[in-house]
Amino acid sequence: MSMTLFLILCLNGLQYGMLLFLIAAGLTLVFGVMGFINLAHGVQYMVGAYMVYAYVALTDSFVLAVVLSLGTALLFGLLLEYLVFRHLYTRSHLDQVLATFGIIIFLNELAKVVFGPATLSIAPPEFLSGSIQLTETLRYPVYRFVTIVAGLAVALGLYFIVSYTRIGMLIRAGATTPDMVSALGVNIQRLFMIVFGVGAMLAGFAGVIAAPIFAIEPGMGDNILIVAFVVIIIGGIGSIGGAFVAALLVGLIDTLGRSVATMALSVVFDASFANQIGPALASMLIYILMAGILIVKPKGLLPAKGVA
Amino acid sequence: MDRSLVVAAFIFALLLASPFLLPLIGEGYLLGLIIKAMLLAIAAISLDLLIGHGGMVSLGHAGFVGVGAYSAAIGLESGIENILVLLLITLAVTGLVALVTGVLALRTSGVYFLMITLAFGQMIYFTLTSLAAYGGDDGLTLWSLATLFGSDVVQSGSGLYFVVLGTLFATWWGVYRITRSRFGRVLRAARDNPERAEVMGFSVTRYRLIAYLIAAMIAGVSGLLLVQHAEFVSPALAAWQRSGDLIVVVVLGGLASRNGAILGAFFIVIVEEVLGSILHEWRLIYGPLLVLMVLFAKGGISDLLAAKTPRGQTS
Repeated sequence: MSMTLFLILCLNGLQYGMLLFLIAAGLTLVFGVMGFINLAHGVQYMVGAYMVYAYVALTDSFVLAVVLSLGTALLFGLLLEYLVFRHLYTRSHLDQVLATFGIIIFLNELAKVVFGPATLSIAPPEFLSGSIQLTETLRYPVYRFVTIVAGLAVALGLYFIVSYTRIGMLIRAGATTPDMVSALGVNIQRLFMIVFGVGAMLAGFAGVIAAPIFAIEPGMGDNILIVAFVVIIIGGIGSIGGAFVAALLVGLIDTLGRSVATMALSVVFDASFANQIGPALASMLIYILMAGILIVKPKGLLPAKGVA
Repeated sequence: MDRSLVVAAFIFALLLASPFLLPLIGEGYLLGLIIKAMLLAIAAISLDLLIGHGGMVSLGHAGFVGVGAYSAAIGLESGIENILVLLLITLAVTGLVALVTGVLALRTSGVYFLMITLAFGQMIYFTLTSLAAYGGDDGLTLWSLATLFGSDVVQSGSGLYFVVLGTLFATWWGVYRITRSRFGRVLRAARDNPERAEVMGFSVTRYRLIAYLIAAMIAGVSGLLLVQHAEFVSPALAAWQRSGDLIVVVVLGGLASRNGAILGAFFIVIVEEVLGSILHEWRLIYGPLLVLMVLFAKGGISDLLAAKTPRGQTS
């Protein structure tokens, strides 16, 4: 494999990892702070992608569409929290799985009814559509760079908020001992709502920046949700830092694996066998990684302190 | 007399009579629907052994249905036609897969168990999609089905109906005996307080692993019968959404309730059929229905029927 291809794959992996981090961050906070399994988190990603599609068609401006989409994703997350999720915090995980599964079924179908079952796509905005010359032989699309930078910026921002602000302190305390935080007079309900809204917005943001790269289709959130779960399990539930490391790890391994698995297998086995097994093995790599890590470190790589 | 036995007797009497009553009002289509519901019920009862009695919430149980179906399908493609031989193959293969995944998965518990079973389910799914010789992504239509020593009684229509019904009953009875036995009591003790069970000298992991094996093998058998009914296998059988559907059936029916699992399965199949005939986008109703049932009908269907049925805790 040439160095150029390897670099491009690494950048793509990095970019996929950033996307995963944006989704996993909300998921891991909601789980860590509230002990709430939200299967419908992936739906927020889909909502973000469809919203930016709709707003671009409506306003003709990508920037405006992004801002509007983020607002909509936030409002939508808060609406779901108000209508359904807040009644489930004290219920068993099984009930949470079931109710959020119902929401997935509903919203996937709704997306199909409103936007049609076909895949949609939008072009990256004009001012981000070029590509950058990295080395003599390597050009990389500006838009993908911007998504990497945006992901990094969000990661830094989250780190700052969680580590150095009062709300971040409450989130950390809430993740460790929610009862005690509540007993100290903190409005835990409001804290939950904030965490939930921000998590929903981050997943929506991931959907927004993914829209020009991947296809927009009903059910697009399901698969990425499963991968996001893999990420937060590998990273340790409730840990933002863990989610970041794991997201990059999963993004890189998955992207590289898809290109390398078949090649690597064809060294040992004959070509037709490698072509057959390679893609399946590549799809499995991250699950093998997760199973392996759970066996060695059942609480994940960087577990948050005190999370049950 | 346990009230759940009366409910069960009623359910099975109704199922036994259906083939004789239904031709009067409907046709084979209805029988097919009932077979579908019964197959779902078999897998759901096995999952309920895990969730309701073992406290092990698996989000990868459909993987074993897929493994069972593919073991049978691959056996058929290789020329094995006797359903009893195929049954042995199915049990052996699902048991083996469950043993390997179970040993690893049971190092974790709670949410982590849910996630690692999901991961194993996905691995099974992707393995099935890679079986290019057996259809890959698209699945495989089976042109010849299993026979019982050359007789086609296990293939279609009322013959298959009674085989599935018999299997459902055997599953119901078997799980009933298991949960009533010392093994079942240890399993529930470990569900409610693993440390205490461990201190009392029981190897919690071993009991859980055996329950996991049994549940997986029953799910495998439902996969085998699914092949006979649908004459088609595809990796979609093992998709994680199918595992979600199974959890829906178990929770809707009520935890640790075999009757509940059967009723839940019928409820789902009927809702899908009725809503589907009214509205093409029936999921728009089905999704919110699930949410409402979680919010307002906590104990599931079996609780609505029998207030005294012993029921497990939900966490």
